[in-house]
Amino acid sequence: MSDHILEMRHITKEFPGVKALDDVSFEVQRGEIHALVGENGAGKSTLMNVLSGIYPFGSYTGEILYNGKLCHFQKIRDSESGGIVIIHQELALVPYLSIAENMFLGNERGSAMSINWNETYAKADELLAVVGLKESSHTLIKDIGIGKQQLVEIAKALSKNVQLLILDEPTASLNEGDSMKLLNLLKEFKKKGVTSIIISHKLNEIAYVADQITIIRDGAVIETLDSTGGTVDEGRIIRGMVGRELTSRFPKRESNVQDEVVLEVDHWSVQHALYSDRTVVDDVSFKLKKGEVVGIAGLMGAGRTEFAMSIFGRSYGNDIRGTLKINGKEVVLSNERDAIKHGLAYVTEDRKGNGLILSNPIRVNTTLARLDKVSHHHVIDLDLEYNVSVNMKEKLGVKSPSVEQIVGNLSGGNQQKVLLAKWMFAEPDIMILDEPTRGIDVGAKYEIYCIINDLVAAGKSVIMISSEMPEVLGMCDRIYVMSQGQIVGEMDAKSATQERIMSSILSVNKGA
Amino acid sequence: MSSKNTILLEKTKAFLLKNTMVIALVLVYLFFVIRSEGRMFLPQNINNLIMQNSYVVILAVGMLLCILTGGNIDLSVGATVCLVGAIAGVLMVNLGWNIYISMIICLLVGVAIGAWQGFWIAYVRIPPFIVTLAGMLLFRGLAQAILGGTTISGFSDSYLAIFNNYVNIPALDSGVVKYSCLIFGVICCAIFIVATIATNVNKKRKGYEVAKPASLYTKIVLLCGIVMLLMYKLSLYKGVPYILLWLILIVAIYTYITAKTTFGRHFYALGGNEKATKLSGINTNNIFFSAYVNVSFLSAFAALVVAARFTSANPAAGTNYELDAIGSCFIGGASAYGGIGKVSGVVVGAVLMGVLNLGMNIIGVDSNFQKVVKGLVLLAAVIFDVVSKRRAIKSLA
Repeated sequence: MSDHILEMRHITKEFPGVKALDDVSFEVQRGEIHALVGENGAGKSTLMNVLSGIYPFGSYTGEILYNGKLCHFQKIRDSESGGIVIIHQELALVPYLSIAENMFLGNERGSAMSINWNETYAKADELLAVVGLKESSHTLIKDIGIGKQQLVEIAKALSKNVQLLILDEPTASLNEGDSMKLLNLLKEFKKKGVTSIIISHKLNEIAYVADQITIIRDGAVIETLDSTGGTVDEGRIIRGMVGRELTSRFPKRESNVQDEVVLEVDHWSVQHALYSDRTVVDDVSFKLKKGEVVGIAGLMGAGRTEFAMSIFGRSYGNDIRGTLKINGKEVVLSNERDAIKHGLAYVTEDRKGNGLILSNPIRVNTTLARLDKVSHHHVIDLDLEYNVSVNMKEKLGVKSPSVEQIVGNLSGGNQQKVLLAKWMFAEPDIMILDEPTRGIDVGAKYEIYCIINDLVAAGKSVIMISSEMPEVLGMCDRIYVMSQGQIVGEMDAKSATQERIMSSILSVNKGA
Repeated sequence: MSSKNTILLEKTKAFLLKNTMVIALVLVYLFFVIRSEGRMFLPQNINNLIMQNSYVVILAVGMLLCILTGGNIDLSVGATVCLVGAIAGVLMVNLGWNIYISMIICLLVGVAIGAWQGFWIAYVRIPPFIVTLAGMLLFRGLAQAILGGTTISGFSDSYLAIFNNYVNIPALDSGVVKYSCLIFGVICCAIFIVATIATNVNKKRKGYEVAKPASLYTKIVLLCGIVMLLMYKLSLYKGVPYILLWLILIVAIYTYITAKTTFGRHFYALGGNEKATKLSGINTNNIFFSAYVNVSFLSAFAALVVAARFTSANPAAGTNYELDAIGSCFIGGASAYGGIGKVSGVVVGAVLMGVLNLGMNIIGVDSNFQKVVKGLVLLAAVIFDVVSKRRAIKSLA
């Protein structure tokens, strides 16, 4: 007889006009790792919000049994006191407080009038050891990387005597090494009896770690697969998610590489924007041909984003040295405007922070980089602007009733398309795509790959920075591998494998 | 049938939400008309409403551009009004310089003040709150030093005439009813109607989406009705005040800049997301700089208006003007986080503040209590803004 730690029965949750969850039943066995997968907007996060009390009892129908008891969670605190802890994709840590202070925030050791700091730091160090984080608990959150911050969140959950740990996209912004560490940690926890629910788009990780996989589509449970012992492969999951077999995850493309070199970077070095004594890009030389897709693989923090941004009109870094040639001519791009004029576009990895104006409509975002194209003598032709943005929206298949829709209300995949539309409207010759498919679902990824293929077919050149190796291997003509600010390998896509990329990254790490 | 009703309900809701402040303005105005037994609606009081609040509108328009850049305010506008007023007094009265040259110098002083503050804010990245707080002390102090604690009065009539006089065409305006005022109203309405219909026809010709005729005509009829009523009232007093013409000019220019030019668009982009704006090849430092140069320029203009209205330059001039301007912006729907706000909204906000001031004076509310009311109205407006936005986001989630 199976022992269920959690049973959610016939959960239905409606928002005005939309049924986000439709009669969803979901069971989790004690001591397993249960994965929840589905395309963006399928209802995964809604389901977890119902469970944790973010949507209070009464705002949905159906019942939740936790440890065999019927639960009526009104707020997050109610579910936490029962040992359910949810870790959201956007980490909730305070940058200027120490690790220990963050771990016990709202749950302070000692009494209300006097915090016991000795106990706080001692307990924090203990829990950090459990999650395998080698940092002092006095370190400020802002001084550690995102991977370590994720571990702090988990240690924080442990401090609350967690029985059921829910992780929403825990590895979305981690590199492969840190992701692996995290997943192995979950397996450790399993042995200690902690049950985990993991929401993720990274199907290889799901296949690796999960015992059960529940697939949600359009607010309904499609199926639950038993994957004990890693028996379910990615293809099987994708079939369940999209309701069809994606024959290929990467669209086919005829190579259109021409001999003409459009971009050549020589001995390029960049110092860190804040700490000038740190070299983040170290003597990089780089070539891009017309019609070529060049990938830059590497781990997060390898200096790829910094390299791309420093090329794009010195938008990052200090003391930038080296030469930059566009179409064989040496140029100095002193700001972003120069870069755009010379046919460069940089599509950021952080679409919400650096890419889009979330409070503005699609129309305004589409034309922002090239307002001059829709204006005469600095006066905007609003009708023309409306028309071109409708064109771009249709060309890229942005799903939205109109271009007057506020971008902040769109889904991640659609936001990414708006960002691409903005830079395609700028008509660049060289497009730098930084993590173009981060945090978006399989279907939207495929569409974005098609857009990239269209770009090179039209004679443009693309630099693609990505932490997802299958994507780099599937999409690029040539691959550079970057590690610790240096180019550590260059390979033809045909001869490249994940192992070769990984080993060139590791060879440098060992030497350092 | 029921679905038709719900659609109608939704539409009414959307309409009410979009025009809350206009509706609030009408209600507040009617309240004062009733409470003052019609005195609020006398031609003289309508005239006073315009004369007393002209400076608020000018300052609020300048403040809007600062707020658009990211909720940044300028605390120094009141002190700038005082300093520029003092300089105007010294130049025109004490030194007896030509009024036009003096006015140009005053406006240039405004630009210089803006450049000083804008430099620190935009290029050295000192928080605007600090820079303008320092400016508030600095310019007020300079003004008081220039004036030596006394009031300069005795501005020439030819200077006062520029801001205080009324349009007077002898053939039309010798009687009790100032016909030029009515004619002016008709011209305004005609321009508005022709412009609206022309853009609509143009849109149709190019095959773009156009507004529904019913809503278009309602809008035209309502606006023209209000304009003609206003002009009728003014025609029974002294006619069109010059200051109204100045205000129309300023509001028209800034509406055009914010709605139609790339320069204006950059302000909204900057307030919405500075990093994204910078990566789009826009020089964000220059936008910050121009916002502060502009607000000081308009403060200098307001200083000239204020000096003319009080026919003097005094050391207490401009006290708390920054608060009126900031209040008007937020009541008028500007976002406290930047990136959202319209010139038309700010004008409504400023008029609402003016109606409150005038109305409470007419019905004799204690002046201390007036501040309480204004404070509560400001808070209520921003709470409403934040809450209604939150609800909109929730309904979409």
